[in-house]
Amino acid sequence: MAIRERLSGNEAVATAMKQINPDVVAAFPITPSTEVPQYFSQFVANGSVDTEFVAVESEHSAMSACVGASAAGARVMTATSANGLALMWEILYIAASSRLPIVMPVINRALSGPINIHNDHSDSMGARDSGWIQLYSEDNQEAYDNIIQAIRIAEHKDVRLPVMVCMDGFIVSHSVENIELLETEKVKEFVGEYDPGLDTLLNPEQPVAMGPLDLPPHYFEHKRQQAEAMKNAKKVILEIAKEFEALTGRKYGLFEEYKMEDAEVAIVVLNSTAGTAKEVVDELREKGVKAGLIKIRVFRPFPVEELRDALKHVKAVAVMDKADSFSAAGGPVFVETRAALYDAETKPVVISYIYGLGGRDVRTNDIMKVYNDLLEIVETGEVKSVYNYLGVRE
Amino acid sequence: MKDNKKVTITTETTWKEITPGGIIYEAGNAHNYKTGEWRSMKPIWNSEKCKQCLLCFPVCPDSSILVEDGKIVGIDYDHCKGCGVCVEVCPFKVFDFVKED
Ligand code: SF4
Ligand code: SF4
Repeated sequence: MAIRERLSGNEAVATAMKQINPDVVAAFPITPSTEVPQYFSQFVANGSVDTEFVAVESEHSAMSACVGASAAGARVMTATSANGLALMWEILYIAASSRLPIVMPVINRALSGPINIHNDHSDSMGARDSGWIQLYSEDNQEAYDNIIQAIRIAEHKDVRLPVMVCMDGFIVSHSVENIELLETEKVKEFVGEYDPGLDTLLNPEQPVAMGPLDLPPHYFEHKRQQAEAMKNAKKVILEIAKEFEALTGRKYGLFEEYKMEDAEVAIVVLNSTAGTAKEVVDELREKGVKAGLIKIRVFRPFPVEELRDALKHVKAVAVMDKADSFSAAGGPVFVETRAALYDAETKPVVISYIYGLGGRDVRTNDIMKVYNDLLEIVETGEVKSVYNYLGVRE
Repeated sequence: MKDNKKVTITTETTWKEITPGGIIYEAGNAHNYKTGEWRSMKPIWNSEKCKQCLLCFPVCPDSSILVEDGKIVGIDYDHCKGCGVCVEVCPFKVFDFVKED
């Protein structure tokens, strides 16, 4: 029987880490992810895990220690947010290109400046091209479930890439919600013993060198091989989700489709805003409006064909980005979603909304405005504005 | 188990065959990597002028001055970078220092 609990997002993530009992956790505190290493260090202190906890002096060191431990053959985790993730930048790429299966909760927070500790996705969106797999989570349950699946995804022989599990800072990390936990033995059984293979720095049977200089004759081949691992990840993520569903009854895909079968207007969104938007979809459905929602779970690798198939019959789509990539042409999720639809024979109008920056509250009436804009486009056939900011004072 | 994945990586090696993350399964493989291609100047050692004082070989940053049985025997041009340190150090002006073709 699953365990019914009430936990904040951070507690849920720390609990998953406790049940996984990784070999090494190296972490540095930063709001709003501070509680993750804080809870975890308590588990270390009271003996409920036998993890080597490395208290480092910065996030650059945290990720560096993770890289070293992972290269040595350990199962490794850490957690961070915002500027902490930014300070890891250099090492994020080294972890991914060295094919080290590190798993890291990213508790999404705005990047400075001006200084802001509240939620948006500018941190993980900035790291979207670092070669890490990115999973997004609507609530504490999804964050917990994603962490457990992430271990298997990262360590899969066809993948061997690090994974970020993202959830919204404060909105999820500090809100207490009901959650169903797995028994620790079941988590242990699901993630299994880590087998790093022979290629580890601490294997005297087969001495290896990692992270060498890689000049023009070979670097490109390594990058192409890394890209293939990201391609493979899509299939692996779905296989592991199937196994997880058999264990828990909770179903996960590349994205969640909410009332999309006959939808004429739809929103594409990440993380907790999906919860607010589902409420609006229900309200519209009661009035007979064919509204739907797609919540992307897997942003890296990006589910191009699957999104195209899910959206091609819709008339108008709004893609909501909680990060402005300052391209002056819409946010990152918008750009990629719109590009995914380019090859569809029939395709919807796709417009961009940048919203919620620096923790600006997003309520049901904000989301309702977006659906109303879409309905107006469908009705008039006219797109007044492709690039929009939602909830900013004009 | 030992050395089961040792591969020689050349400019023909495809992305499917190359080792993940650039991992190296063999110690001292820099020996097989011909870094001498970077050279623009080339030291020429003249054996008949050499007094075998052995002042040049310890200063070579690339261990490219070849010594056998306590005697200089030549230069390893696969790895010599043409830095000219040996040329400067030799008290007997044994080396010519010429442009690489
Ligand atoms: S030129 Fe430089 S690299 Fe070449 S043999 Fe002399 S000291 Fe060594
Ligand atoms: S320093 Fe000059 S003389 Fe002495 S061993 Fe080298 S080449 Fe010969």
